[in-house]
Amino acid sequence: MRTIHELTDAYRRGETTPSEATDAYLSRIAKLDDKVGAYLTVTADRAHAAARAADERYRRGRPLGPLDGAPITLKDVFCTRGVRTTCASKILESFVPPYDATVVDRLAKAGAVMLGKSNMDEFAMGSSTEHSALRVTRNPWDLTRVPGGSSGGPAAAVAAGLAAGGLGTDTGGSIRQPAAFCGVVGLKPTYGRVSRYGLVAFASSLDHPGPFGLDVTDTARLLGAIAGHDPMDATSIDAPVPDYTAGLEQGVRGLRLGVPDEYFTKGMDAEVEAAVRVAIDVLKGLGATLERVSLPATPHALATYYVIAPAEASSNLARYDGVKYGLRVPGRDLIDMESKTRAAGFGAEVKRRIMLGTYVLSAGYYDAYYGQAQKVRTLVRRDFDAAFARVDLIVAPTTPNVAFRHGEKADPIAMYLNDVFTIPADMSGVPGVSVPCGFTASGLPIGLQLIGRALDEATVLRAARAYERATDWHTRRPELA
Amino acid sequence: MTAGKWDVVIGLEVHAQLTTRTKMFCGCPTTFGAPPNTQTCPVCQGMPGTLPVVNRRAIEYGVRTALAFDCRVNHACRFARKHYYYPDMPKNFQISQYEEPLAEEGWLEIDRPDGHARRIGIQRLHLEEDVGKLVHEGTLETAQASLVDFNRAGVPLMETVSKPEIRSPEEAAAYLRAFRAVLVYLGVCDGNMEEGSLRCDANVSLKPAGAARLGTKVEIKNMNSFRNVQRALEFEVKRQTEALDRGERIVQETRLWDADRGYTRSMRSKEFAHDYRYFPEPDLVPLKLDAAWIDEIRRVLPELPRARRQRFVAAYGLPAYDAALLTQSRALAEYYEAAVRDFPQPKLVSNWVMSELLRELPGDDERAIEQATVTPSRLAGLLRLIDDGTISGKIAKTVFETMVRTGEEAAAIVRREGLTQVADAGALAAMVASAIAGNPKAVEDYRKGKTAAAKAFVGQVMKASGGKANPAMVSKLVEAELEKLTKT
Ligand SMILES: [Zn+2]
Repeated sequence: MRTIHELTDAYRRGETTPSEATDAYLSRIAKLDDKVGAYLTVTADRAHAAARAADERYRRGRPLGPLDGAPITLKDVFCTRGVRTTCASKILESFVPPYDATVVDRLAKAGAVMLGKSNMDEFAMGSSTEHSALRVTRNPWDLTRVPGGSSGGPAAAVAAGLAAGGLGTDTGGSIRQPAAFCGVVGLKPTYGRVSRYGLVAFASSLDHPGPFGLDVTDTARLLGAIAGHDPMDATSIDAPVPDYTAGLEQGVRGLRLGVPDEYFTKGMDAEVEAAVRVAIDVLKGLGATLERVSLPATPHALATYYVIAPAEASSNLARYDGVKYGLRVPGRDLIDMESKTRAAGFGAEVKRRIMLGTYVLSAGYYDAYYGQAQKVRTLVRRDFDAAFARVDLIVAPTTPNVAFRHGEKADPIAMYLNDVFTIPADMSGVPGVSVPCGFTASGLPIGLQLIGRALDEATVLRAARAYERATDWHTRRPELA
Repeated sequence: MTAGKWDVVIGLEVHAQLTTRTKMFCGCPTTFGAPPNTQTCPVCQGMPGTLPVVNRRAIEYGVRTALAFDCRVNHACRFARKHYYYPDMPKNFQISQYEEPLAEEGWLEIDRPDGHARRIGIQRLHLEEDVGKLVHEGTLETAQASLVDFNRAGVPLMETVSKPEIRSPEEAAAYLRAFRAVLVYLGVCDGNMEEGSLRCDANVSLKPAGAARLGTKVEIKNMNSFRNVQRALEFEVKRQTEALDRGERIVQETRLWDADRGYTRSMRSKEFAHDYRYFPEPDLVPLKLDAAWIDEIRRVLPELPRARRQRFVAAYGLPAYDAALLTQSRALAEYYEAAVRDFPQPKLVSNWVMSELLRELPGDDERAIEQATVTPSRLAGLLRLIDDGTISGKIAKTVFETMVRTGEEAAAIVRREGLTQVADAGALAAMVASAIAGNPKAVEDYRKGKTAAAKAFVGQVMKASGGKANPAMVSKLVEAELEKLTKT
């Protein structure tokens, strides 16, 4: 199992070709994905064609860049022209978009080879991928456990060697949490840094597309390809995109790291806390200075998130009515058809959030819920502003616990609590990464989270890389027969 | 207006389609009448993952209109989502504006039947996207299937809400006419009510005469012409007056105007009204309007109908009636001014434009006037022929009709058809003599003092000449001849 930078180095040296690598991944998918369940759609023909074009470029000595020929997977939330895009929902099971998401287009232009579309919680609502209406995805480190979510498919695929890298989305932790559970690197960029055009919306003000990699370098390369202003997305930021790989090796000497009190809570897994504390010491040993910081609005972030995200979701998902595309269940009349289609097409968690969101936006409740939630959101942002006035980065655990068993968190609230350390960065829009920082005694990965200033992904990645270089957690691979 | 012991209170909501080349949030063209769903893209079809991007030109048009109505333009405004399920709306929500509209607090001056002007307040002006159209196979009640055309979905709409300060159906019609004229002058809307580029809803309520508190309001929809707005409101005022006179309570509801049957009928009660669940559109950042940009738009505002009307009275000495009619449409006013430049007799030009031109045109909208075959310079050419005595005013009307049909210059038609006035005194004298000789009874009448008989001779001569005789000369000759006869 090689990283993207190892693969592309090998292409350059002529040791292997994008086609050979693509074939190897496709046969590994054929052999192992019955166990892992990472993919919803495998696009072998397209992958072959894209790989052959990359072969030719390497043969002529003119690859497109650091991703040319990299076999990757996309969470099935990104629209792909001519390839079905399901959001792991019955309502979109047959939906074939006539357009590519901006990030899909950018990856294709960078020469990346799309192997297929990977599983997720339905409409990205969940933290275990158990809410997929189409497939069960298992954690490659322990097949009885979940890969996390909602981007469980791409995280599991990268961890299991079923793709060299991937793209997911993070709305409440949906990249960082599965990255932590699967022992890979996952980055949530700054809100607006990466275009959302063509990403099927869950919660528009919280959805962040971002990369998965086996290591920080791959993650930085993927980010470099997808970041940047997009005229099709009015919320995308028009700021220059730095070379994220350029400063990666500069270390953390002189960086001030903030350790937030609120991210080390009573109920958290002791092994997780211990591993993260050791990781923080490693960073200190590398020359960073540590400082206690406080993010006092953290305890309110979760509740606030469960007002804002469902509100936006209830609106975004209104379009799935059986009239234009996707599932249509016949009915007596229009309203009956729409009701039956939505009843049959959405799973329980999606319905729960649509109802919640519809309620909080209703006349008479708006101010008490949505209006109030926006105020708390401002407080969460101010927390980060205040902290980043004193420190360069915040270090914390990615999740309070490691991967749990399928069915273990049947209570929605227990599931929601999984995202308590990741939600604040989504609420404030600042970038965060999860890197492997250890394993429990039973062999389950633990994630270290680094959060930075808005648009300062470079520092986040640089610190993550410094930690990675000093440790070898990221080199461990699950054993899949 | 007071309907007996009740004061009428009307507020109008006008939706105007803006004439931008592309839609509000995507790059699709806005042309009317294209085959179904040919002017659509994933964005205006509301496909998953697509995002709106604001059309800056639509904002500019909105600002232009707001400035013309003397509104306060909000330097920061915001779009909001308005939710309701309807299959002509691709996303099942409409991107509109709610708490932070583009502009607020303006006014529009209207003319009342008594000749006085009155200001009607404008509460707010905001932008939104239009919805698509449903096509039913058969009637709505019996259709087995309905088809959706999204060509119109996403076309920029500007909603302007008046304050409830309109006091009668006539005033409502006057408001709408003045409103349309401003939009057309600004070039932001073609003002075509039949094609739906201008749509009007009304809120109507009655209150005891002189009372401060407003009564229960009823919303009237589906009035698709100026005439229908007035008819519908007249019906509704009567309906509410009768109900209140009977001691009934007015129900807050939406009523549809049925133009064929001439009444309004209840559509849905407000008690079951939609909860639109407005919230700020998260896919769009708040709009920040640069003060310099607003100033620039203000600087290039065209002359508005009212100012032009006042100028027409002052500069051309036209009666108020003429000035009002000529300035109702920007194209007509421009037509008039071009013709007057070529033929500087303002009142004569005005008469011809108001009577002949408007009668011959297929419509009085901008397009019809701009495409008129009789251009201002051709009309001036025709008027010059009357002025120099080449043709009579009567013949000129026939020539004008030919000009409309053939698009020729007046002089060419006059020459080809031999319509030049007979002004040869000798030839005319002979015709006069023969007319008088052929009707001794009329001569007798004239002798007895019936001077009207002279007019009959003039008419006879004109007829005999095929209208080509110079009427002034004929009249003089007839009088001279009759004078001679009576003296003998
Ligand atoms: Zn479009």
